[in-house]
Amino acid sequence: MEGWDPNTKSTLTQIPLLTTKAGPRDGAAWTQRLKEEYKALIAYTSMNKSNDNDWFRISAANADGTRWTGKCWYIHNLLKYEFDLQFDIPVTYPSTAPEIELPQLDGKTQKMYRGGKICLTVHFKPLWAKNCPRFGIAHALCLGLAPWLAAEVPVLVDSGMVKHKDDTASASESL
Amino acid sequence: MESELKEMLIDLDTIKRSLPDPSLLASIDKMQSRVEHLTDLAKSAPVRRSKVKDMSAEVVDSNPYSRLMALQRMGIVANYERIREFSVAIVGIGGVGSVAAEMLTRCGIGRLLLYDYDKVELANMNRLFFRPEQVGMTKTDAAVQTLSDINPDVVLESYTMNITTLQGFETFMSSLKNKTFSPSKEGSGVDLVLSCVDNYEARMVVNQACNELNQTWMESGVSEDAVSGHIQLLVPGETACFACAPPLVVASGVDERTLKREGVCAASLPTTMGVVAGLLVQNTLKYLLKFGHVSPYLGYNALKDFFPTMEMKPNPQCSNTACLQRQKEYILAKPARDAAAAKAKKDEVSVPEGPVHDDNEWNISVVDDAEPVTENASSSDTLPDGLVHELPIADEFQKPSDPEEMTNSVDDLDELRKQLEALNAD
Repeated sequence: MEGWDPNTKSTLTQIPLLTTKAGPRDGAAWTQRLKEEYKALIAYTSMNKSNDNDWFRISAANADGTRWTGKCWYIHNLLKYEFDLQFDIPVTYPSTAPEIELPQLDGKTQKMYRGGKICLTVHFKPLWAKNCPRFGIAHALCLGLAPWLAAEVPVLVDSGMVKHKDDTASASESL
Repeated sequence: MESELKEMLIDLDTIKRSLPDPSLLASIDKMQSRVEHLTDLAKSAPVRRSKVKDMSAEVVDSNPYSRLMALQRMGIVANYERIREFSVAIVGIGGVGSVAAEMLTRCGIGRLLLYDYDKVELANMNRLFFRPEQVGMTKTDAAVQTLSDINPDVVLESYTMNITTLQGFETFMSSLKNKTFSPSKEGSGVDLVLSCVDNYEARMVVNQACNELNQTWMESGVSEDAVSGHIQLLVPGETACFACAPPLVVASGVDERTLKREGVCAASLPTTMGVVAGLLVQNTLKYLLKFGHVSPYLGYNALKDFFPTMEMKPNPQCSNTACLQRQKEYILAKPARDAAAAKAKKDEVSVPEGPVHDDNEWNISVVDDAEPVTENASSSDTLPDGLVHELPIADEFQKPSDPEEMTNSVDDLDELRKQLEALNAD
């Protein structure tokens, strides 16, 4: 974990760790895992809110909790950039991490696989593997998506690939 | 197409006759000659060969299998025609998978099952097999198009889906179990699974499926920098599974800034991919047709032309429960295996045993170098006196941890879901 900023580190230590090693094909054990996922997400979301660092919304898109959708945003130069967020829980979860997708950014950056899957190979996958099964969705967002947004959004905005929604709106108004 | 062109010629003729202005005649003649030219081209268009009922060893230009059947005459393969009974599943129709599929198709394999969810892109054109006009097609469809032209005898099944999703995995499993092609076959419906995918997640999925089905498979891979690759044979319970020896996980000082320096786009070369596909299919043919030595692992280092080989035993602490189950079965089957091996040895010509030399002036004796079988198999846990493990053993966390860790005592899924929704609401 050396190299991570102290903020991320202290946040991480406050997200509850998970204990059940179970994937979506494991029946009752998966329900138990799902409960732990929810507890971690609830703790992380409320922590973000109380620290004035709220940056995502996520909820299960189906009853089994195998697909998740939501939104995430990043503030750059005092402007808020918001993106759709989605991922599936892989069959081999939690041995393999979920592949977080930002479909609106598909094709706009090199740091992304087809379909808008963000690249997590270097900064996140090794951590996930070492901490299996203690890390869950909340950890994936904290250690996978958050640093990706912090690194990529400024580049995307500065290069003009991503425009702020007010910019595009005012541009069309002025026409 | 030919009939359309014929109609067009007749139409042109009618126009020519009813034309009042003779100045346009020349251009209509030109058009007619062009259509005739097109008709000729259409006639010479490639014809698909018809299916062949039996593989013949007859050496004639029109026999697609003469050179393959010659393997029997050369004493390499005992019965080449058996290849038509085999089913091979190829997961990932990319740089390696597509070439492997073409090789097996040209070898006259019985049935190929192809899995991929991607589409053909122009960025794939530095590799073999796919053609620029197939850009935009799914890789499975494009592969079926080309392969069925090359050899219509091969039964092709294509599955356009992502096997790492729950739904995709179920379809993957049931397609492997389907035995309609050869109902008498033991085990699953396929003889071998070839993993030609480009990521860890998909490999873990193939590993999971094959461990559960007790299905032998082969792994293949090409490094990101395109100058090395490997193939590996995985027999559940007998050799290491993909989860037995996880890839080197090194979390070394990665910070956010390194993200920018790393590009996702990996390098690839048609040469390395072709070499690895060749090694993979060679091993496949040896395994299926029972000739030569089937490599348990074969690496390829392109920079030094170095081909390391090794064998890996399964990890008794593997994190995959299906793998542990297969390991148990394999150990239980050992007496039967030994008996079969002993019988096979007996059937061979028994060499009269006796001293090779009559005198032994220096009292030299041959000592068995096989490791003595120790009764306590869990020897890896016990350390000699004076040594202690520095790190906790890997399974430590699986012990029920202190219940206070999850102080949030709510234990109802719906209640938890509502709590998160409430947080999401504002």
